[in-house]
Amino acid sequence: MSYDVPQVPGEHQEDPTGGHEDHGWPLWEVFVRPKRGLSHTHAGSLHAPDAESAVQNARDAYTRRAEGVSVWVVPSTSIRASDDAESMFEPFEDRPYRHPTFYDIPDEVGQM
Amino acid sequence: MTTTTTATTVEYLLRLADDNVVMGQRLSEYISRAPDLEEDLAVANIALDHVGVAQHLYTYAGELEGGGRTEDDLAFGRTEREFTNALLVEQPHHGFGDLIARQFLFDAYQLELWDALSRPDDARLAGIAAKAVKEARYHLRHSSSWVIRLGDGTDDSHRRIQDGIDAMWRFTGELFETDEVDLAAGVDPATLRQAWDGTVDAVLAEATLHRPEDPYQATGGRHGVHTEHLGHLLAEMQWMQRTYPGLEW
Repeated sequence: MSYDVPQVPGEHQEDPTGGHEDHGWPLWEVFVRPKRGLSHTHAGSLHAPDAESAVQNARDAYTRRAEGVSVWVVPSTSIRASDDAESMFEPFEDRPYRHPTFYDIPDEVGQM
Repeated sequence: MTTTTTATTVEYLLRLADDNVVMGQRLSEYISRAPDLEEDLAVANIALDHVGVAQHLYTYAGELEGGGRTEDDLAFGRTEREFTNALLVEQPHHGFGDLIARQFLFDAYQLELWDALSRPDDARLAGIAAKAVKEARYHLRHSSSWVIRLGDGTDDSHRRIQDGIDAMWRFTGELFETDEVDLAAGVDPATLRQAWDGTVDAVLAEATLHRPEDPYQATGGRHGVHTEHLGHLLAEMQWMQRTYPGLEW
């Protein structure tokens, strides 16, 4: 069964950018600081035409349930990700002496 | 409070509440039709802000009135002629440009109004206004940034937002009309005009849009005389409570 999406009068049917998914708008990565004293943490991504609207969209998409006190937005294209996990990270897996797990912690210290 | 002043306060609260519930309903109509998912969320958020303020105001008005009417009775049980919202908020939108134009012209007014109302001596109303002024500041930031982005964008977006401003303009004068109900509440709308003009002129200039010169201004909303659009909006908003009175989720 086919279904026609209702069209608002005055709106164009065709998408001038050709793609329905991104409107040709850049992708932004969103970082939210949950409370003062904590670091901004990656929360997700969104599309927006510019940085100001990306901040506003991030506010509405990622903080509307009071998840944060500050947001950063970064163009996704500005992020350089690590590659080749095998050579970059696996070597650390057999170096347990780098983990501080061989110390006896006095009881009175409690949780560290 | 004397009976007369209580009735006047209730009338004033209903004006504020009606403005917000109607605006919230109009914005809700746009959900799933925004240019993108992110804007859908933004419009829905702003709609909820307006409905939330309306709920507080209706509750307060119902308590003052003392007749046992709840916020639901006041929102869903009053007729078109009993609604006293400004004509601007009931105007339909035929696209995103209209929606943003209507929102922007109203946000610039509400920001000044809530700011003024957060000072007078009605502590309960001042409390509602103090919360609403923060929301209105964000609403204005959202709508004015879109006015600028669209106005200073492509030829097509410029034309659409200018058309929206032109279409909504004739309903802005009513926002600043003064009568005894406003004066009794302590804020003369006419005193908000200068700040509104300043905001609107600055944003329109940055957006490379022109301020409409059409001198005709429609009026009547504060006395229940509406454009043909409000009845349809209320029919959709109220039908469930009218079909199943007292229905709860």
